[in-house]
Amino acid sequence: MNSLITMNDLTNEDIHRILVNAEKLLPIAKGNVYLPLLRGKILGNLFFEPSTRTRMSFETAMKRLGGEVVNLGAVASSSVVKGETLHDTIRMVDGYSDVIALRHPLQGAAQYASDCAKVPIANAGDGAGHHPTQTMLDLFTIKQAHNKIENLNVVLVGDLRFGRTVHSLSYALVRFGCKLTLVSPESLRLPDDIVNELKSQGGELIVTDELKPHLDDADVVYMTRIQKERFPDEDEYFRVAGIYKLTASDLSSSKKEMIVMHPLPRVDEINPDVDSTRHAAYFEQAFNGVVTRMALLCEMLNIPIPNEIGGENDEC
Amino acid sequence: MSADEQSMRRVTAIRNGTVIDHIPGGMVLEALQIFNVDGRQSNPISLVMNVPSRKLGTKDILKIEDRELTQDELDRLALIAPMASVSIIRNYSVAEKLSIKLSDEMTNVAHCVYSNCISNAIREPLPHRLKVLNTNPMTLQCHYCGRNQNLERLVENLL
Repeated sequence: MNSLITMNDLTNEDIHRILVNAEKLLPIAKGNVYLPLLRGKILGNLFFEPSTRTRMSFETAMKRLGGEVVNLGAVASSSVVKGETLHDTIRMVDGYSDVIALRHPLQGAAQYASDCAKVPIANAGDGAGHHPTQTMLDLFTIKQAHNKIENLNVVLVGDLRFGRTVHSLSYALVRFGCKLTLVSPESLRLPDDIVNELKSQGGELIVTDELKPHLDDADVVYMTRIQKERFPDEDEYFRVAGIYKLTASDLSSSKKEMIVMHPLPRVDEINPDVDSTRHAAYFEQAFNGVVTRMALLCEMLNIPIPNEIGGENDEC
Repeated sequence: MSADEQSMRRVTAIRNGTVIDHIPGGMVLEALQIFNVDGRQSNPISLVMNVPSRKLGTKDILKIEDRELTQDELDRLALIAPMASVSIIRNYSVAEKLSIKLSDEMTNVAHCVYSNCISNAIREPLPHRLKVLNTNPMTLQCHYCGRNQNLERLVENLL
C-alpha cells in the first residue's frame, strides 16, 4: 500500500493483516513498551477542518513509535489564507515529511493530494467523501469484541446521509458479508447510489426508521450524531434531532457480546447510563484510533512489525 | 436508396470540411458545444436532427464546412456520441474516415459536475480527469472524488 484514499485501496487480505499488526502494537499504544519503529520519520498533519480525535490519534500514533510530527496548525495562520492552492501546500509539505495525514472540506482532496505528492497520503476525511482510517479503527474495535469481522449483524443509526464514517464503513462491512440494518429518519437515509452499490456487491440491507426492534439481534449498534451543521434549515434539523436515544434499559435483552459504537462526539444519542454497561465500546473505539493508525503508518512507510513485541508487564 | 443515404442527402453535399454521422438523436446541439461552434464563425454549418437510423433508432448529422476537426477534438465527442462516424471531405470526396478513440480516461474535456469536488476549486492546477467506466451506457467517474457523472450536466461543464 502506498496512499490510503478509500477502502478500495485495501484488499480484504490487507485489512486482515493490518488488524493483526494493530493488535501486536497494542502494548506500544498503551505505553507499556517503547519500540521506536518510526524513529527518523516525520508525519505532516494537514487538517483544513476541525478535528480532535483523528488529528490527536495520528500524532500520538507517530510519537508512540518514535516518529515526529509537523502540523499545519490553524488554517487561519497558514499560507492557505493567502490563497495558496492545495497543490502548492502539498508540494511544500511533501518536502518536509515522510507521510501526510490530510483532512479537507472538499471531496476528492486526498486523491488530488496523492497525485501531487511523492510521499504517501492518509485520507483523514475529505468532505462527505471517505474516512478510511476511521473505518479501519471501527473494524479493529469490532474484531476485538467479536474476534472476527465477518457475517455480523450491524445496525447503523442516525445520520446515514451526510456521515462519511458510515459510508466508508458500510462498504467495508458488506465486503465481509455483514448484514446491515440502516436506521434513520427518511430525510437522513443512506444515499441511493450507495445503497445500490452495496446491493450490487451482494449486501443484505434493511432500511427502516425504527431502532428498538433491531437491538436484540444486533452484534454491533453503531450510533452517529445528527449533524446540525449539515442542515440548511434549522426547522428541519429540530424535526429529526434527538430522534434516537439509546439508554441502558433498551439493551436489557441484547446479546451479551453486542457492542455499542460511536465515532464521537456524541450529543444525546447515547445516554450516559450506557457507559457503564458491558456493551459500551465507544471510548475503547477512540483509543483504537491510535493503535490502528500506528499499524497504518507502518504499512504506508513499509516498516515491518516484529512478531514479538512484548506484553503488559514489560518495562518502558 | 437506404434510409441512411436519404438522411445524408437532406442537406447538400459539402465541398470541404467534416461530416459527423450517427450522433444520437437530439444531441447535435451538444456536439456543436463540444466543438465550440456558437454561430459567430463564418463557415456554413448544417444540422440534421432526429432522422431514422438502423443503429440508433434516431440520429443527428452534423456537417461543418471548411473545417477539418482534429482527432483531439473528435475524441471529446465520445462524451455524447461514442458511436459517431466521421468523414473528412476534400473536394466533395471522402478523403479520410476517422473514428472516435475512447481511452480509459478523458483529460480536460469537462470538469466534475459536483461543485464540492476539489477539482473545481479555483486555481488548482491539476487536470480534470474523468474515468471511462463503461461505454454503453456511457458511464464516467471523476478521478478525484470518485462520483459518477450526470452526462447532461457534464455537457454544461465542457472545457
